[in-house]
Amino acid sequence: MDFLRPADWSEALEAKAKHPEATPIAGGTDLMVELNFDHRRPEILLDLSRVEQLRQWSRLPEAQGGVLRLGAGVPYSRLIDEVGAALPGLAMAARTVGSPQIRNRGTLGGNLVSASPAGDGHPPLIASGAEVEVESARASRTVPVAEFFTGVKKTVLAEDELVAAIRVPEATGPQQFSKIGTRNAMVIAVCTFAVALHPRRETVGTGIGSAAPTPRAASEAEEFLAAELAERDQWRRPTPLPESVVDRFAELVVNATAPIDDVRGTARYRTHALGVLARRTLGWAWEEYRNSAETAGRQGCA
Amino acid sequence: MSPRSSSTAPTANHAHTRERGAPMSNTHTTPTHRPQHLDEEIAGGVGESPLRPDGSLKVRGDFAYASDLWAENMLWGATLRSPHPSARIRSIDVGPALRMDGVRAVLTAEDVPGRNLYGLKDLDQPVLAEDVVRYRGEAVALVAADHPETARRALDLVEVDYEVLEPVLDAERAAHDDSLPRVHPGGNTVRYQPIVKGDPDAEADVVVSGTYTVGMQDQAFLGPEAGLAVPAEDGGVELYLATQDLHTDRKQTAAALGLDPEQVRMTMSGVGGAFGGREDLSVQVHVCMLALHTGRPVKMVYNREESFFGHVHRHPATMYYEHGATRDGDLVFVRARLYFDGGAYASKTPVVVGNGTTLGVGPYSVPNVRIEGWGMYTNNPPCGAMRGLGAVQPAFAYESQMDRLAEELGMDPVRLRIRNAISRGDSTPSGQVLDYPAPVAELLRRVRELPLPRESTAESTNPDIRDLPGGASNTTHGEGVVRGVGYGVCIKNICYAEGADDFSTARVRLQVVAGEPIAMVHTAAAEVGQGLVTVQQQIARTELGVERVNIHPNDTSVGPAGSSSASRQTYVTGGAVQAACRAVREQVLERVAQRCGDPVERLSLSGGKVVSETSGVLADLAEVLGSEVVEATREYHHRETFPLDEQGHSERAQVQHAFSAHRAVVDVDTELGLVKVVQLDCSQDVGKAVNPDAVVGQIQGGSAQGLGLAVMEEIQVDGGRIRNPSFTDYLIPTILDMPPMNVDVIERGDPNAPYGVRGVGEPPTISSTPAIVAAIRAATGKALEHVPVGPEHIVE
Ligand SMILES: Cc1cc2nc3c(=O)[nH]c(=O)nc-3n(C[C@H](O)[C@H](O)[C@H](O)COP(=O)(O)OP(=O)(O)OC[C@H]3O[C@@H](n4cnc5c(N)ncnc54)[C@H](O)[C@@H]3O)c2cc1C
Repeated sequence: MDFLRPADWSEALEAKAKHPEATPIAGGTDLMVELNFDHRRPEILLDLSRVEQLRQWSRLPEAQGGVLRLGAGVPYSRLIDEVGAALPGLAMAARTVGSPQIRNRGTLGGNLVSASPAGDGHPPLIASGAEVEVESARASRTVPVAEFFTGVKKTVLAEDELVAAIRVPEATGPQQFSKIGTRNAMVIAVCTFAVALHPRRETVGTGIGSAAPTPRAASEAEEFLAAELAERDQWRRPTPLPESVVDRFAELVVNATAPIDDVRGTARYRTHALGVLARRTLGWAWEEYRNSAETAGRQGCA
Repeated sequence: MSPRSSSTAPTANHAHTRERGAPMSNTHTTPTHRPQHLDEEIAGGVGESPLRPDGSLKVRGDFAYASDLWAENMLWGATLRSPHPSARIRSIDVGPALRMDGVRAVLTAEDVPGRNLYGLKDLDQPVLAEDVVRYRGEAVALVAADHPETARRALDLVEVDYEVLEPVLDAERAAHDDSLPRVHPGGNTVRYQPIVKGDPDAEADVVVSGTYTVGMQDQAFLGPEAGLAVPAEDGGVELYLATQDLHTDRKQTAAALGLDPEQVRMTMSGVGGAFGGREDLSVQVHVCMLALHTGRPVKMVYNREESFFGHVHRHPATMYYEHGATRDGDLVFVRARLYFDGGAYASKTPVVVGNGTTLGVGPYSVPNVRIEGWGMYTNNPPCGAMRGLGAVQPAFAYESQMDRLAEELGMDPVRLRIRNAISRGDSTPSGQVLDYPAPVAELLRRVRELPLPRESTAESTNPDIRDLPGGASNTTHGEGVVRGVGYGVCIKNICYAEGADDFSTARVRLQVVAGEPIAMVHTAAAEVGQGLVTVQQQIARTELGVERVNIHPNDTSVGPAGSSSASRQTYVTGGAVQAACRAVREQVLERVAQRCGDPVERLSLSGGKVVSETSGVLADLAEVLGSEVVEATREYHHRETFPLDEQGHSERAQVQHAFSAHRAVVDVDTELGLVKVVQLDCSQDVGKAVNPDAVVGQIQGGSAQGLGLAVMEEIQVDGGRIRNPSFTDYLIPTILDMPPMNVDVIERGDPNAPYGVRGVGEPPTISSTPAIVAAIRAATGKALEHVPVGPEHIVE
């Protein structure tokens, strides 16, 4: 096995162009497991850990609307510490990943490219409307996270492409993420749900994990809720959501899933649990929104 | 053969509780001039908690485990395993594998030099499969190669032609349906045992019944199976390995290799946990075959996935129970049928049936009993020893039944248990009278009195999610969370039973090194993490009054110690070390007695001195010893046990019983079915806490393993295949799942046991599971007849 260690991003792209069969390795927390199980036998490993650009994050110019650009190689522990306030949904998800050791090494780029249906990073990114910055020596492009996955463990990446970064719009409203596991830590998700309220755009984002071959948004639930909120002028004058709205939202979330039975849980349980998570997370997000609106209102009067 | 020690008189037979570390009460008069102060100069004797000699190494990561073994010029072994639960082997072609670069040997059943059969109780398991395979994962061929990866890849080139057969998968059906294929020529029943007492058809005012099932649990030890075999000049082999029982391994390995036991010399290498999973052979014969065949050292080490196929698991069980009681809550009868799935080979199935049936009513006094137990062959993964052997499964059932009965009677479940608790002088269903303390009622009272945790954080306005079910996964902020409290109590037999001659051997040597008297203790008793090395040191310090005690590596150059299982080593090996130390002491004192005229009975060893009761310090031990080496080897045999007859009767089927009681407090998210065990408390009688810290450690660890069975640990088997052979999907509790514990240790010495000890390791694994499930039931109102309890059982 050959081991390539590009010193920077352009070297990495060149190496990948020259050896399209090379398998990139970032934190190695997915790849090393695959190698140990002999599920993969790459001829060449392309080690990205020396590429400084991948380990940086930045705020894009305000003109682009408050977007954070997260290098694909920023580990979860830094996402929690450094961008947790701007991206609370992603930080909540990051806190549920593995153990402290895994969070120190594991990266969002690796999580995306592994394309496990149970990748915990995916739902909050989808709920936030994030995009994946993909680059090759030829060109670069951005792909909405929801379109990045084409199947179980499959993505849109061409063989000479690498993930450079993930562009995530900064939160403008409450975000929540919940993960069901049968252990209180270090567990692969039975199912996950993310919700993000976008008061400025007056839209709602959602993300569902582990309940279909690829993570996905519950688009009908998003549209239903956004319409309800708009109709009752809830964004400006938020009141407690009627039970019927919360129930319908949960129902539409459940309708968006296509779960299976596997060692981690039954399809029936996943469906049930997602309904509960949808209701709870929306409840928490909406309460937070109402509280902040109230505070803002009071400050406005003072 | 060394002489048997005269069954050593116990030094402790207390019927009262002692605070940790407080001195033992003495019933006889303490003589004057007794230099007590010197006693205290020897730190780390029996009853104290000195540091483990291997502790710092393990914590620092410097301890060498069997998987770290290395020899110059060694080869790596790998095992080809059956992909089918049941198949006939038509042919095996090793040619392509043998031609691969770097491959040094490919061996099959034909290459087994000796007897191609082994087994702990029944000789029914081939070293390598001959004509049939009986489970998915059965060893079929071996490869030795220059590199582990080469060996692994060569396995793919071994061509085995299988004719796939219909597997037997249902143990209960196998017990009654003769039309099923026979897994072994003798039929599918490994052992059937009934236990009948009183009138088995008795009737009662109040009757409750239930069907309970226990999933297949794994020992999940962290250090995988590993060994290094080095061919020896005499045609024999030196095997370095991790095991629970060197001599039983040696006996089986030598027979399979066609060698004399003396030609197979085994040395214990670092054991990374065992819990019963290292009682059966794994790499032993295989790695020796490869080494003898190639004439080179060969190492084998399983990876985590292979480990799931390379050792036995806990028997899954289906149990039908019926309890009858008077309106006042006195048990009238217990009737039960227990089916244990032993999988493809017998392993410890006979013992599981023996323990399961004899202990099947729990720690209760029941006048009328009929329990039947079946241990069956199937084509599922083989099951054998695991902590709490055969007692774990029925405990889940009988404790669930006690709660059900309490509910039916409208009675407090702890009161019902106390009312029916067995105690000293009572007899078990097999007719054995408990002639030692059996403080079951006291344990229940004590555990109930232990402090309870704060009220559920779910009640507070701003709970920390990490304290709630789901933890940092943020699934609830208090919604749906209900608290429940539950109790469980159990009985477990200690040491081997039903007529087995259970003994251990110790060699103790006392000599002066660099001016200081040093004792060396040599046994074959496996240190599997329980702290036996420390216990041996403590006993030698106490008996010989010396500070420095070295522990010789475990090997087969000393007599057998038996297995580190059945909670028996502090009892039997502790007994052997005590006896050997006393024999050494006697030799030393006799010398002084001759010189000084004081009778031996008046002399003792203390603080490195020879002390006389009447005239104080007589001499320095170092001086007395001079350049001499005083050595003694002793065996310790516990009192005899006897087999069960056809009605399940025996005057003494088991040598000793141990008891523990748990209280569990859980928070359950009743809408999502997620559980957080908030607190798990235990009261246990340990007879005598030889090392109080180690005792508490055993209780914590055992409770964690019981928690695992209660809420997450299950090998999922489908069509004879394991679906989750990894720590990704076979979940064991993490530090965030295991709550703080109040551990209450009492010491009611067993007059038959050295120092009054009572086995410690297993009971907490047994009573914790039913306590936790009872607590979940209290929170949810669900019947919960299967462990582990999964979220879907709670919400559906
Ligand atoms: C014990 C344990 C617990 C875990 N728990 C969780 C969990 O709770 N939730 C969860 O979602 N995951 C979990 N994982 C999986 C894993 O940690 C995550 O998916 C992690 O984000 C992977 O990141 P990495 O940097 O380690 O990826 P790597 O293993 O380095 O790579 C993963 C894949 O991505 C490719 N790749 C990496 N970087 C790039 C790039 N820049 N461009 C193109 N391709 C790239 C690699 O070629 C490989 O195919 C766990 C893993 C372990 C071992």
